[in-house]
Amino acid sequence: MYTQGLDSLGADCLHTTEAERAALEQRFQAKVDAEERIEPKDWMPDAYRQTLIRQISQHAHSEIVGMLPEGNWITRAPSLRRKAVLLAKVQDEGGHGMYLYSAAETLGVSRDEMLEQLLTGAAKYSSIFNYPTPTWADVGAIGWLVDGAAIMNQIPICKCSYGPYARAMVRICKEESFHQRQGFETMMTLARGTPEQRRMAQDALDRWWWPSLMMFGPNDAASKHTAQSMRWKIKRFTNDELRQKFVDITVPQAEFLGLRVPDPDLIWDEASQHYRFGTIDWTEFHQILQGNGPCNRERVAARQRAHEGGSWVREAALAHAEKRRRREAQAA
Amino acid sequence: MTQQQKEWPLYEVFIRARSGLEHKHVGSIHAADARMAIEHARDVYTRRQEGVSIWVVRSADIVASDPSDADALFEPAKDKIYRHPTFYEIPDEVKNL
Repeated sequence: MYTQGLDSLGADCLHTTEAERAALEQRFQAKVDAEERIEPKDWMPDAYRQTLIRQISQHAHSEIVGMLPEGNWITRAPSLRRKAVLLAKVQDEGGHGMYLYSAAETLGVSRDEMLEQLLTGAAKYSSIFNYPTPTWADVGAIGWLVDGAAIMNQIPICKCSYGPYARAMVRICKEESFHQRQGFETMMTLARGTPEQRRMAQDALDRWWWPSLMMFGPNDAASKHTAQSMRWKIKRFTNDELRQKFVDITVPQAEFLGLRVPDPDLIWDEASQHYRFGTIDWTEFHQILQGNGPCNRERVAARQRAHEGGSWVREAALAHAEKRRRREAQAA
Repeated sequence: MTQQQKEWPLYEVFIRARSGLEHKHVGSIHAADARMAIEHARDVYTRRQEGVSIWVVRSADIVASDPSDADALFEPAKDKIYRHPTFYEIPDEVKNL
């Protein structure tokens, strides 16, 4: 229902004068400042719409691509219980992608356009999913760290000014908590296991720690979108604030597991009541964003294969629906 | 066929959480037809027993009020506070009213 009428809305906007436009913008910002929600058919600045389309679709792509590194382990999960859990988790990621795509569609972008952007590499997704998952401990580390960081990022979005995005996020956050807990449980089992299992857990933490910290995005000084997004209440905390929160709650969890966080500069600062941590290697982050991570090509290729492989199913389903409609019309 | 024709149509999804409650809008789903829309809605929106009944309706078939008409539509009710029970002052000693 949301996508209806957007074209006419756009056309109307072309005819508004500078003064009318300023008044609309002012009313919009007042609504946002008053913590009212913006809904699909409400007037919104074009830049707000474009920012949301970019952010929500990238978020959706991340959920979809995020199914790949863990999907890798479904057939090799160490027990039936772990396998059922992992299947449910990966299915959730798919569901989250669907909630988010449909939230983005309310802004007037079509599902096909978004998929096209993912498959051609025009759209980005979270850099974290371009790392490989060579061992079972990676599944635990992803749940604990990657989903932990995602939750930290996503909880504030439950109060985002754009209604459909906020509602999708409430649903996602509720489901995400199981993802993190099952990951921590897996890590705990390994950490309490044989020396070899402990080594596996440590190795996974060593590889996922820094990429997880990068998930919060560039440092505040280098983040070009933060100020505007905060004014629009799409974002509630800066990247560095969220990263600090994540470090503060995660380090004690690693200590509980008896694992070592791979950062020689990590130290508890009594005065500020926060952990201080080392400098992030942003060259690695930017390399991955530019497509040069360990698995960038593999991930996009897997999505392309799935899309092409499924095209006959999509077409057949449409043809079948059409045939049934015709038959029902004849029978009536 | 063009891209647009290839895309499965969009359906809005409404779910009744349990008997006694109304169906509530939860989001949307793409499907080739209504039957498939219900199947997909089940997979996407009820993985944790969120519902006992699903409605789907083609998004294109929904007629909605225009936000710019909101004042004309809803403002007239604003000054009719006598439609609420709290408008009437009844002495405290009168019970059951």
